Amino acid sequence: MAEAEREIMEVAIEAGHILLENGAEIFRVEETINRICRHYGIRSGSAFILSNGIFVTSGNMEEEAFARVQHIPVSGSHLNRVAAVNQLSREVEEGRYTIEEVRERLTEIRQMPGKSKHMQILSSGIGSGAFCYLYGGTIRDCLAAFLAGILLYIFVLYISSPYLNKMVSNIAGGAVATIASMVFFKLGVGKNLDQIVIGSIIPLVPGVAFTNAIRDIADENYIAGTVRMIDALLVFFCIAMGVGLVYTIRQRLIM
Amino acid sequence: MIGQVIAAVTGTVGFSVLYSVPRAYYPYCGFIGGAGWFLYCLLIPNCSPPEATLLAAILVVLLSRLFAVKERCPVTIFLISGMFPLVPGGGIYWTAYYIVTGEMELAAEKGFTAVKVAVAIVLAIVFVFQLPQKLFQVRWGQKKKNDRRE
Repeated sequence: MAEAEREIMEVAIEAGHILLENGAEIFRVEETINRICRHYGIRSGSAFILSNGIFVTSGNMEEEAFARVQHIPVSGSHLNRVAAVNQLSREVEEGRYTIEEVRERLTEIRQMPGKSKHMQILSSGIGSGAFCYLYGGTIRDCLAAFLAGILLYIFVLYISSPYLNKMVSNIAGGAVATIASMVFFKLGVGKNLDQIVIGSIIPLVPGVAFTNAIRDIADENYIAGTVRMIDALLVFFCIAMGVGLVYTIRQRLIM
Repeated sequence: MIGQVIAAVTGTVGFSVLYSVPRAYYPYCGFIGGAGWFLYCLLIPNCSPPEATLLAAILVVLLSRLFAVKERCPVTIFLISGMFPLVPGGGIYWTAYYIVTGEMELAAEKGFTAVKVAVAIVLAIVFVFQLPQKLFQVRWGQKKKNDRRE
């Protein structure tokens, strides 16, 4: 019996882990863990979720004690994994799986491939080009922003995510995007430097952290929400620093 | 205007790819992003940026919740990509730019507008999520069972 309970708790934590890691809101993580526990008959399960950690315990007069703390470093956002775990927990509630099958499904979800690097680089470029147009760039500015966005993401994927910490990588990212924009501007690809830079820094904007922070705070998960909000604001600030840095250097060089 | 909306759709889909949104949802994300920006463009001649953002963001959250219930998937997926065009990315740039060029008044103005735009997005999310889930369970062909998690 105790072994079975342990298994259920482990599976519930694993589901929560995947959700939290890939950019789900706190309440979804909590609810998923509770659902899995309840569905497989653990009544005393209790979960406390922070933005980078899960605390789960169970145990009362009838059920054996179990406790686990898991630290979860925030990694990239793979929303397809969030959708898959969500779907899985729905199916669990309908009683379609045994606990072993759930574990297998979770392992599959964990290994779900993200987009290939080429695809990410290309979509970063497309996003940059499109946003450059939104902010008033011309078609040729968009082309410049597209190229700058591509260079930016090559930098992000091959240099900043493996080697740099968050602050440095965002400052450097903002700087790289600005430098790339200036180069394409000088080469005469685009005419409006401002719009090109705006477009090319957009891939760095922390959309997931910002949106989740708001939702967590609205759900009264203040600790996780505040941490995520600081995370988002810090990234915004760092991008601005990167841009500012390059402009300052350029001003000095021109003078 | 049409070009703007097409750009918004393209940009939104671009970022959905970046965030690994499942492929089947790209059309929804694109639609939400495009619709939000369309409303923003309609309003901006007569409204200040925060006001236009507020209304556009409300539309984005409404549509996101609607599609989330329809597709029975986490609302985050639609919300994050659909909100992207409204996030004050330009504001960050202009603030940094004016700080560097020493035009503090303009920097403060741009920075403050960016903050107001962000607050507008916050308000839209907070209030529209207070609406009861039932409202979004419009009949999409067959009847779906009551489901609190979107």
